[in-house]
Amino acid sequence: MMNELIKLKIDGREIEAIEGRPLVDVARENGINIPTLCHFKDIYPPLATCRICTCNINGRIDTACTTLVRDGMEVDVNSPEIADIRKAIVEMLFAEGNHNCPGCSKSGNCDLQHRGYEMGLSISRFPHLFKERPRDFGPERIYMEHNRCVLCKRCIELIKTDDGKNVFSFQNRGHQALVGIDYELEKQLSDEKVLEARDVCPVGAILVKDKSGAAPFGGRKFDLDKSLKYVPTTDLKVELPKDRKPVIATTSLAGCFGCHMSILDIDDELIDIIELVEFNKSPLTDIKKFSKRCDIGIIEGGVANNENAEVLKAFREKCDILVGLGECSIWGGLPAMRNTVDLEDCLEEAYLHSVTSEPGAKIIPRSQDIPQLFDKVYSTNDIVKIDYFIPGCPPNADHIWKVIKTVLLGEQIPIAYQEFKYD
Amino acid sequence: MAANRLRHDRTQILNYLWELQDEKGYISDSDVRRLSGELNFSVVEVEGILSFYHFFHRKPTGKFIIYLNDSMVSEVKGFKKVKEAFEKETGAKFGGVDPTGTFSLFETSCIGLSDQEPAALINFEPFTNLNPKKVKRIIEVLRNGGELEDIKDEVVDHTYSLTDDPVLLRPYKIGAALKKMLKLSPQAVIDIVKASGLSGMGGAFFPTGVKWQFCRRNESFQKYVICNADEGEPGTFKDRVLMNQYPGRMIEGMIIGGYAVGASKGIIYLRAEYRYLKAKLEETLEKFRDIGLLGENVLGKDGFDFDIRIQIGAGAYICGEETALIESLEGERGGPRTKVYFPVEKGLFNKPTIVNNVETFSAVASILELGAENFNSRGTQGSKGTKLLSISGHCKKPGVYEIEWGTKIKDVLKACGARDANYIQVSGPSGLPIRGSEDERTICTEDLLCGGSFMIFDSKTDVLDILTNFSNFFINESCGLCTPCRAGNFLVGEKLSRIRKGLEQEKVLDEIASWSKIIQEASRCGLGKTSTKFLMESIEKFPEVFKEKLVKDKKEKEFNVTEATERYLKYTEKINKS
Repeated sequence: MMNELIKLKIDGREIEAIEGRPLVDVARENGINIPTLCHFKDIYPPLATCRICTCNINGRIDTACTTLVRDGMEVDVNSPEIADIRKAIVEMLFAEGNHNCPGCSKSGNCDLQHRGYEMGLSISRFPHLFKERPRDFGPERIYMEHNRCVLCKRCIELIKTDDGKNVFSFQNRGHQALVGIDYELEKQLSDEKVLEARDVCPVGAILVKDKSGAAPFGGRKFDLDKSLKYVPTTDLKVELPKDRKPVIATTSLAGCFGCHMSILDIDDELIDIIELVEFNKSPLTDIKKFSKRCDIGIIEGGVANNENAEVLKAFREKCDILVGLGECSIWGGLPAMRNTVDLEDCLEEAYLHSVTSEPGAKIIPRSQDIPQLFDKVYSTNDIVKIDYFIPGCPPNADHIWKVIKTVLLGEQIPIAYQEFKYD
Repeated sequence: MAANRLRHDRTQILNYLWELQDEKGYISDSDVRRLSGELNFSVVEVEGILSFYHFFHRKPTGKFIIYLNDSMVSEVKGFKKVKEAFEKETGAKFGGVDPTGTFSLFETSCIGLSDQEPAALINFEPFTNLNPKKVKRIIEVLRNGGELEDIKDEVVDHTYSLTDDPVLLRPYKIGAALKKMLKLSPQAVIDIVKASGLSGMGGAFFPTGVKWQFCRRNESFQKYVICNADEGEPGTFKDRVLMNQYPGRMIEGMIIGGYAVGASKGIIYLRAEYRYLKAKLEETLEKFRDIGLLGENVLGKDGFDFDIRIQIGAGAYICGEETALIESLEGERGGPRTKVYFPVEKGLFNKPTIVNNVETFSAVASILELGAENFNSRGTQGSKGTKLLSISGHCKKPGVYEIEWGTKIKDVLKACGARDANYIQVSGPSGLPIRGSEDERTICTEDLLCGGSFMIFDSKTDVLDILTNFSNFFINESCGLCTPCRAGNFLVGEKLSRIRKGLEQEKVLDEIASWSKIIQEASRCGLGKTSTKFLMESIEKFPEVFKEKLVKDKKEKEFNVTEATERYLKYTEKINKS
């Protein structure tokens, strides 16, 4: 048997371990965090579906969950290239599913979201796909939210009936794959097993009707974790004029103005800001048109129609730096919930068949004076280049304030884990 | 009829599903429920298994199910017109069935008839060299009650040898290799295979002798020999030809493998696209049994029992990956396993197993006949012996060519009569593209490896069409288990279509290259790891085809407002008018 003590190097650090144990566990026991998502302590061989624990092992790229430690092994976990592969995979998952954190009861207790925060992920390099996915209320106690499923396979492996039958199973293949649930067998599960199904799900895809998923109750697991300090954010470098006050413009496109409300939440320190900068076009000043060139433009909201696109383009033209504020600006946010539904259905629902529409309504508003709706809500970054993003729905006031200070003072102020949010 | 006996063997689930599928053209809700009850596993799991394979249907189909190959070779040979003709003649749309319930139309990945495209399978019988006229005739006959048997095409095998003394395309004499084997100990057989330098011909090129040695070393009362006849790489058809021309040689190779590693059971995993070869293979197996080459005490060798069964696949490229194939044989979804154990350690039913390709087993039989020295003296330092190429696309003489490793591209092009080769895809979509002008390059480990597929496209073929076709292939055939392959390939496909619409700037090429690299590095199995090679390489090799479509880099993004508002304007006009 393999139980010899061997030596390996992880990120240059020499570590002793028992030969043949999974690398991901050995690293963790030695205080080196290799991020994982599908990994679960009770499953062997490991699932290796998410690929987030990808590392460089003896010069080969492989997953840490499937790798067993050997003598002389050299592992690179945190070099920029490897960290970028891992980040890209998390970004792929966000782009592939419909992860609407503000509307998800697992928010704050979600492993995928936590991975995003840990990596300081504010925008996915991949365009969101907005594929329509089913929501399955069919089972007696479980509610399957396929929009959020990351196909990790945990529930398939772990949740079985007393006589060993699978309650969950993959259906279809490739990008059409989803996790199906057996209605009949779900009925046979004990209440404890149903809750276990919810709890092994790393995201909010398996929910239990009438049961809160927050753990601990009333709190958010990751917010309460004191070991989580700062989020690695990308550097924001701005050359500001020294001879005058910097000029800022703000706007809200397809959004709810909540991000502007969050700016107001900066409270007392707003007075400092007003001392330091000058506001031009902005709902805060009620200046409707640019009267001069601006240093910074702050954009709230996504792009839902041609008017939004025009305003955004004007901002790009008139401002040196554009900051996207909030989830709508980043990927479309709540208005983008319509992206999984055909535009035609949206229009019918809103103007012809809704409970508030005139009986027998036959007209969908359209005139030169009203904006023309886009086929879907776009990210601001789809239309023009955005230089920096502040995530959140709305972004935390402290986060906004720190970014403003970073810009004005020219030094990076770290963002605390608890200030970096998607909800 | 299945109802007469209880279906309780999970490993037979593909056969149970085939019975149901063949019986009435689809698998109904009650079929699924009954099967789940008899097998004693959940309904959702049965659904999961059958929905993994694209030849199983859950909705009623027509009396004739037509699968038209949508590979790139088919495309350049007239796929579009043939597709239209099928729709016109049958009255059905692709993906559906005609109102009379006679014809169902589906597109499918390469069916291994690239030398006679466009080709289709109708109820799994081959129809080749299709054109609208021929389609019209076929549909007319079938509509008027004609028999499929009478009008199906004979699959023609064109074989050419570019070496004087072929290894694989040589006349076959039943039992010749086995007679040699009889005089050798199992270890001596492995030593010969090792000395020959043979490596896996399926495309992974793992040394065959080494694989067998590992398997031999792992003690077990039961071991398995699996012949991978799931030749799914688009453009390849050499295994079809080998099985059609020399089925006995492959079977002898399997018997030799069983003898060498100490296995008593062999399985041929035959792709459903080659169902029409099953009868011939069964016949050959029966003949082998009759003369004592299969069964108990093979060739009178005391204690060496070996028999072979055929398993028909059900449509899934990924099942050509050896661990996915094993999962499929065990009655699971055909997803690849993690590489914690190799099949030679824990393979089929966790027993030591060798999985080799049709061509590899055939080569083993020839090597035993000819001797290791003969094989080893051919080829290059890194690639020993000969190789079969399936040549298709724009050339006068498509077919299977046996070449010695180290043959120059130009000699291959000359032999098959390719005049205007511009884009050559070596080793299928999972391989690499070269320019026609790179004809001094050689086919071997040292330069260009080739698993068998060799597709030639002329300068009139739009390279972006080729890339889109390959990209769609991987999107459709990814098993979906791992994130980079499932999501990544889809995302890259979206990017490609944006490029074609003129919505991307030059810097997008760096983006695609970087995404492709991530998919390649982080995917779970060979499918994902090779799924973007063609794209990365063609960005290097064919920059001009991208340049044409790309907009110069600038600060502004390319965004088409007209396109984004089009649906709103159209729809409001339509509604408000009515």
